[in-house]
Amino acid sequence: MRTLTRRTLGTAALALPLALAACGRSAVDSQEAATSRGPISIWVSTNEQELAWGKAVSEAWNAEHEHEPVTLQEIPAGSSSEEAITAAIVAGTTPDLIFNISPAALPDWMRAGGLVDLTTFEGGRRHIEERGGTRARNYAEDEGKGGYYQLPWKSNPVMLMYNRKIFADAGLDAETPDLDTFDKLLDASRQIVSSGAAGSAIWPSPTSDFYQPWSDFYPLYLAQTGGTRLIENGSPTFDSPDGLAVARMWRSMYDEELAPREQSTDDAMTTGATAMQLAGPYAIATYKDAIDYGFMPVPTAEGIPAGKTITFADSKNVSLCSTSRNRLTAWDFLAFATGEEWDGKLLELTGQMPLRQDLASVYPDYFAKNPDYTSFADQADRVADVPYVSGGIEIWQRFRDAYSGAVIFGTDSVEQGLSDVAHQIDALIKE
Amino acid sequence: MTTPSALAAPRARTSARDPWWRRLLGTQPLGLGMSLPYIVFLAVVMAYPLGYAVYISFFDYVFTAPGVHADHPFVGLANYRAVLSDPRVLGSFANIAVFLIINVPLTVILSMVLASALNSLTRWTAAFRVAFYVPYVTASVSLIGVWMLMFSQDGLVNSILGPLAPDPSWLVNSHLAMPSIALFVTWKQLGFYVLLYLAALQNVPKELYESAQVDGAGAAKRFLHITVPGVRSTTLLVLILAIITGSNLFTEPYLLTNGGGPDGASASPVLLIYQKGIQQGNPDLASAIGVILVILVGLLSLISTRLTKED
Repeated sequence: MRTLTRRTLGTAALALPLALAACGRSAVDSQEAATSRGPISIWVSTNEQELAWGKAVSEAWNAEHEHEPVTLQEIPAGSSSEEAITAAIVAGTTPDLIFNISPAALPDWMRAGGLVDLTTFEGGRRHIEERGGTRARNYAEDEGKGGYYQLPWKSNPVMLMYNRKIFADAGLDAETPDLDTFDKLLDASRQIVSSGAAGSAIWPSPTSDFYQPWSDFYPLYLAQTGGTRLIENGSPTFDSPDGLAVARMWRSMYDEELAPREQSTDDAMTTGATAMQLAGPYAIATYKDAIDYGFMPVPTAEGIPAGKTITFADSKNVSLCSTSRNRLTAWDFLAFATGEEWDGKLLELTGQMPLRQDLASVYPDYFAKNPDYTSFADQADRVADVPYVSGGIEIWQRFRDAYSGAVIFGTDSVEQGLSDVAHQIDALIKE
Repeated sequence: MTTPSALAAPRARTSARDPWWRRLLGTQPLGLGMSLPYIVFLAVVMAYPLGYAVYISFFDYVFTAPGVHADHPFVGLANYRAVLSDPRVLGSFANIAVFLIINVPLTVILSMVLASALNSLTRWTAAFRVAFYVPYVTASVSLIGVWMLMFSQDGLVNSILGPLAPDPSWLVNSHLAMPSIALFVTWKQLGFYVLLYLAALQNVPKELYESAQVDGAGAAKRFLHITVPGVRSTTLLVLILAIITGSNLFTEPYLLTNGGGPDGASASPVLLIYQKGIQQGNPDLASAIGVILVILVGLLSLISTRLTKED
């Protein structure tokens, strides 16, 4: 028996290094890659319209760069693109460029060594800041003074979308609802449900995913605070009168059964099960043939003019990965794809707002032909994003867990819930 | 008649005078060569990840891209202390205990009773077997969609129950979310365990039932005194499999109760491992939870073995 065990272990000892060597991760010579040109690969979102844009820009590039072709691929399947990208960074299987970078996860990917500083390319900083203006610096290291590991690409300013027919059925003004305060929003919601015009007034997804606050609490919080992010100067900001006002408004929505606590098994807007949702311009392509919709700025406690309302940017950016072996080509393609022409195509094909200064004046023809998007173009100038902080996903998850208890399911008081999680997040940041 | 012992070749032994490779690989290295693919599979897919997870759980570990160096200082039991003082982690283990308390006995009893009933059927046997097996081979995601519709606030189940319907409804009720998941998993997995018991029942001699019947034993007594002891080894297998698969619960709390809701009432340890390890980049904490889970599952399996051990 001992002999057999020794032999088995001996064989395993020989087999294991061989097998592990076969699975080993190899690093790219960054100095050589920085000056190299050749074929590159890119990942884009699985969203149908973005995929169409990706194909168009790749084909246009490939027609003129025979020896530096671009291969397009959808981001691999995962419950979120963040986890697919994290797995790829660790495994060393990222493409050269990713056109769907979430700013919430970026600091961790950067610290993991998965991304390349775009200011190391000639003209890198100039291209980013000329395109995006001063707000581009919100996406740079060292509070705007350091390098860029992401090119701020596009935003989806969140607004309050509503179903005009349901509003009319409920006896509300369907053309200019004027729901600029929390009280008006709650009153309208009560009227929608009590009139039977819809089963619920608004139906944010109640799931525990870390990114769900971006579709319920956070847009209203940014509007309420004039753009104060969840974390500012290394401290949580939401355990404040403004944060409590927003959380209490949502708690009322759930307590009065104006918003369901269950996940919708269908698209609640399309089926008419709900009258409102918080959404970005991408929603227009989804609902244009399904319902008669309208958009309004997100409300605040006291109400502020639409022209001063700040909302969540929900931006997605572009990063160059450290696995890239042909970084000069990757940078050239990135600059090409984020030039004025292809930003215009992005707008045309997806309805999403390129993070480019003076958007409405750069593409006047588009907005003249597509007036539905004009309010988003206007709103795109007044947006704020997630805080640029390490451990962002964990912070958002903690926040969501506490919010679920204190607001959605009411197992804790709003005050206690926000206070406790603020302390937890503060401790996490200081770790 | 030739006995098996006569057929067995004497074991070839190596001596100190043999070359090192013969002493290591034996006089018949072909046998080990044939086993090599499976040994490599076990080493790479099972042993290495498990060993590495145990290693990671004792370090302050972060994932990095290839070629990037990061310090991974040894932290002793700090990761274990961190997860064991996290109320959400402790809650997830309590949730899984609730799940196992409902799921495991229900699985054993229902699958044994149904298998016995199926075994005694003379018609429609194949149809019933397929009916029980279909949920097992159907993807959880599609079945969960149906259950969400059935158990939602305005779903079929609440419509039937009328005023007796729970408020809040099943899947958003902190007391009912985990039992609902346990029922779903029991129903989904039942077909597999029924098949195991059906196979075991074929080895229980028919004569025992006939003798017992002649002696006046009713159906219940025959079941208790012949069937149950006759399939004891399969019961052990079902117990261990149900404990292991139940402890690794992930898909159902993730999809059926919206990520372990309401308010963490159906969060499982594996769901937290996924959140901490994959989403939040804390593989050290995730590994610590994983190691604790492995130990607990091992202990439960050991207890099951002892409880079902034949005298």
